Amino acid sequence: MRYVIVGSGVAGIAAIEAIRSLDDQGEIWLIHEDPHGFYSRPGLAYYLTDEIPEEQLFPASIDWKQYRVQRLWGRVTRLYPEQSAIEGVHFRLARSIFGSKKVQEEAFRLSYDRLLLAVGSQAIPLNIPGTESQGVVKIDHLDDARRIRLLARRSRKAVVVGGGITSLELVEGLRAQGVEVHYLMRGERYWSNVLDETESRIVEHRLEEEGVILHHFTEVSEILAQKGRVVGVRLKDGQVLRCDMVAYAIGVRPRLELARQASLQTDRGILVNEYLQTSVPDIFAAGDVAQVYDPRSGKAMLDSLWGPAREQGYYAGLNMAGLKRPYLRGVPFNVTRLAGITTTLIGRIGEGRDEDTLGIVRGDSETWRDLPDALMAQSGFDVNRIRLIIGERTLLGAVVMGDQTLSFPLQRMIAEEVDIRPIRDRLLSANEKPAEVLAEYWSKLTTSTAPSLGRPVFKFSRA
Amino acid sequence: MSFYEEAKRRTVLVAGQVVPDAARCVQCGICSFNCPMGIDVRAHAWRGEPVVNSRCLTCGECVARCPRGVLRFERLSIFKEK
Repeated sequence: MRYVIVGSGVAGIAAIEAIRSLDDQGEIWLIHEDPHGFYSRPGLAYYLTDEIPEEQLFPASIDWKQYRVQRLWGRVTRLYPEQSAIEGVHFRLARSIFGSKKVQEEAFRLSYDRLLLAVGSQAIPLNIPGTESQGVVKIDHLDDARRIRLLARRSRKAVVVGGGITSLELVEGLRAQGVEVHYLMRGERYWSNVLDETESRIVEHRLEEEGVILHHFTEVSEILAQKGRVVGVRLKDGQVLRCDMVAYAIGVRPRLELARQASLQTDRGILVNEYLQTSVPDIFAAGDVAQVYDPRSGKAMLDSLWGPAREQGYYAGLNMAGLKRPYLRGVPFNVTRLAGITTTLIGRIGEGRDEDTLGIVRGDSETWRDLPDALMAQSGFDVNRIRLIIGERTLLGAVVMGDQTLSFPLQRMIAEEVDIRPIRDRLLSANEKPAEVLAEYWSKLTTSTAPSLGRPVFKFSRA
Repeated sequence: MSFYEEAKRRTVLVAGQVVPDAARCVQCGICSFNCPMGIDVRAHAWRGEPVVNSRCLTCGECVARCPRGVLRFERLSIFKEK
């Protein structure tokens, strides 16, 4: 049996783990386009802020020898589903006699019994003139982060456009490198379709405290360059803002070229069934590139989150190795730091469209904008804040900013669809603090001998 | 903090262990980088296992520095659940 994994992100690595837990003999190939292989993509944010050195991005505990994986640095250019084969180019770093490094390319062809496409997503490019100038950056890979750090060293002023978590990572990363940062937003506030007004204001206030200059209702129409290097941006109203760098994070798009060319079924991502199988049974997809059926909403959804990517990769691996195990898309949740405030986003919490992004952004899930008619309750103030989306019978979503004590119980209450009818009125009452009501109810639930309610929470277990 | 509260806090810390929530972890490695004892906390978080390591001082460095609230102190039961 030969397994071929395309993509060295967390989905690919989780698949390898799962395959090896079931199949000790099969041959595993990992084809990675990123020269650095597997590392923590979300960790790039902390590399930009100097919280960790570059080496730290690579987990030391992944034992490639133990997994016996054939690694190949290259790009897959074509799939041949009817022949069960892939074609691509293999990159090799060659040193010339003068010591300079050059990448050599060599074509390869590989047959497979099971193929996993875990090629991820990439930043949507800015659709304005001047984006090819030096100094225009995005952040997808380690090499992008390196470029940003290098450019930041000789830049005084940067413009950041976009929305969501990634744009803040760029803002804070550049700020941490000592660059004057202008954050341009098209609308009236930050991440308006996921955060509510207070949450946006909290984040914006913290950014201002860090010295970031915010511009609302501002849009870039052109990047100005001299001798190929960024010197500023022209705004929609005609004004010119001088800067040495432009960083953008307007969203990500699944990398569908291979799947489309091989006529796999695609929508916004590669469509997969509950076994992570594409329309061709021996080709699987997982991670950012996969659009997974969500039994709760009856729709196929995209996520751009590490946790689900790992879960999907793991389940894809199990199914590739022959164990039929359906993957149930859980309630998407993410914990992140927005302007220094630890924030947990769980379930359905926002709605509509954010003008600063196109589609999905990294660390994002489409479910977060799928807000039904629900009532909201909130508590806390300033940086300790909880917002609950309360349905008829269950909690549908929550945003926890600052103190994270309640985010664990909330995560489980939402995922396991715990019946909240006994406390629903109190949660909505103006005289009660939702946080206290919740904490009390949770301790009652966990100490009572009643059996656990609803769906089990996903756990990694050795098969 | 009163003496008793402080004493209680210390008792909990000494008897407790760092417990990760694997679903929140993104393997950034801030925990391992900051561990004064050089324990690879991140590897425990990947497997979702508590940091059972006699060198762990329960100093709280990793718990406090984790940007995603992955780690917390918990007193582990010595009795395994079946």
